Amino acid sequence: MQRFINNPDEVVEDTVKGFVKAHADIVRLGENPRVIVAKNAPVAGKVGVVTGGGSGHEPAFIGYTGRNMLDAVAVGELFSSPTAKSFHDAMREANGGEGVVCLYGNYAGDNMNVKMAVKLAAKEGIEIATVVANDDVCSAPPEEREKRRGVAGEIFMWKIGGAKAAAGAPLEEVRATAQKAIDNCRSIGVGLGPCTLPAVGHPNFRIEPGTMEVGIGHHGEPGLRVEALKTADEVAKDMCKIVLDDHGLPDGTEVAVLVSGLGATPLNELYILNDTIEREIRARGLKIYRTYVGNYFTSLEMVGATLTVMALDDELKALLDVEVRCTAVF
Amino acid sequence: MQTFENAKAGDIVQALAERIIENRAYLSEIDGKIGDGDHGVNMAKGFGLAAERLKDKDASLAEALETLGTVLMTEIGGSMGPLYGVMFTEFAEKIEAVDAIDATAYSRMLHAGLEGIQSIGSAKVGDKTLLDSFVPAVEAFDAAIAAGRSFAEALEALTAAAEAGRDSTRDLVAKIGRASRLGERSLGVLDAGATSCAIILRELSGGARARLR
Repeated sequence: MQRFINNPDEVVEDTVKGFVKAHADIVRLGENPRVIVAKNAPVAGKVGVVTGGGSGHEPAFIGYTGRNMLDAVAVGELFSSPTAKSFHDAMREANGGEGVVCLYGNYAGDNMNVKMAVKLAAKEGIEIATVVANDDVCSAPPEEREKRRGVAGEIFMWKIGGAKAAAGAPLEEVRATAQKAIDNCRSIGVGLGPCTLPAVGHPNFRIEPGTMEVGIGHHGEPGLRVEALKTADEVAKDMCKIVLDDHGLPDGTEVAVLVSGLGATPLNELYILNDTIEREIRARGLKIYRTYVGNYFTSLEMVGATLTVMALDDELKALLDVEVRCTAVF
Repeated sequence: MQTFENAKAGDIVQALAERIIENRAYLSEIDGKIGDGDHGVNMAKGFGLAAERLKDKDASLAEALETLGTVLMTEIGGSMGPLYGVMFTEFAEKIEAVDAIDATAYSRMLHAGLEGIQSIGSAKVGDKTLLDSFVPAVEAFDAAIAAGRSFAEALEALTAAAEAGRDSTRDLVAKIGRASRLGERSLGVLDAGATSCAIILRELSGGARARLR
């Protein structure tokens, strides 16, 4: 392993310490050191917006903490859900008296810990609404959409939910709008190389040289198929086909596009993919309202990329345009 | 009637933590075949923390289980933190007020832990999870007592059933969690949660059996 780490068991502690030092103008450490809080939170009279998830996906989740986006984020071990206590503490830090919406991804651990945190918060009289993201197309067939995992579409869910809350909407409206955002998202990942949890010390899955895993998950979960690595043009076409076939959007729909690297893919290759992605989306009769290309939601040093397409309406466009102040460039 | 004393039986949890720490690499290795490969790492971290806090405390079994459950629930996270966290805190709550633990109290404890797990998770027997060890173990314990066997014999039946249940996961397709994405590819491998659960039940029941009077 060629990594910048100290004690492999303390990777998350060390990450959080450095993060807070770098961005003291935007975030602060919560009372619980596994919670990152926006500097302006809690905002009295505003619905609090929180998320949480395993570490190793930086800038997700902590990098989206900030004004008009997430008020607080629960931090888990690498690729492992935060504790119920951390989710609960994030909810408390975000509570401005109007309730808190928890926008998280569909994973077994997160589901359990959020469920327990909601109970703990309810005991204290904090009203919690939840939305669980399930935008990863290849993680279950369309008829079992509720089983799909949440991936980079979560960023759009946070952006829309955060903007809606910032506009002063009540809890139920913030929840419903964030739900609409994630319902309008479809994502796919393609993996070219695995990643290693430092405490484990060896790659946690294999991708043979010259092959790729189409439909890979954010932790290396196996995808739809393993096949020979193709040109960027062909890979981008496959990604668009899988996402857009599942989406089934009517002609003329406006969309937001997010192309994210998985950690070890150079930015230039993401632009190469986006060149074809833009063409494919337009060829389907869709209009691109906005494109994001960068390392928005990574998986340690995995080689690969994800594509997320969110269908927009006037409300979502307006909310997407709201300026945010968080450390991830968005 | 056979019973064992709650007071000072916290040592059972210390021994349990030692077994889990010994099995750190093994649990991670089997988890790595169909999961993230960090089961042993996270389990050893949680059980180790609890053991440290219990050191020289002369705790009762109920107190030790409560400490372990709380550490797992509040400091470990993932899926195993809440599942085992709930299980151990439910165990602790059920025996808290019992000085001499008999088979009836032990069975109540097991059932409360099982219900705790089922209240937060959605797995069923056959889904290739820790329930495949836990459910048959509880059933075997209750059946042995109902058949008029002693507490000691029922504890042995419990351990044997947990291990048979663990072994059954080799032939199961994962239906829940990360491994479920593998479908048929999850066949032929033990489930890491069922394996750690069998270790826990063996240590707990072995410790109880050694203290029976």
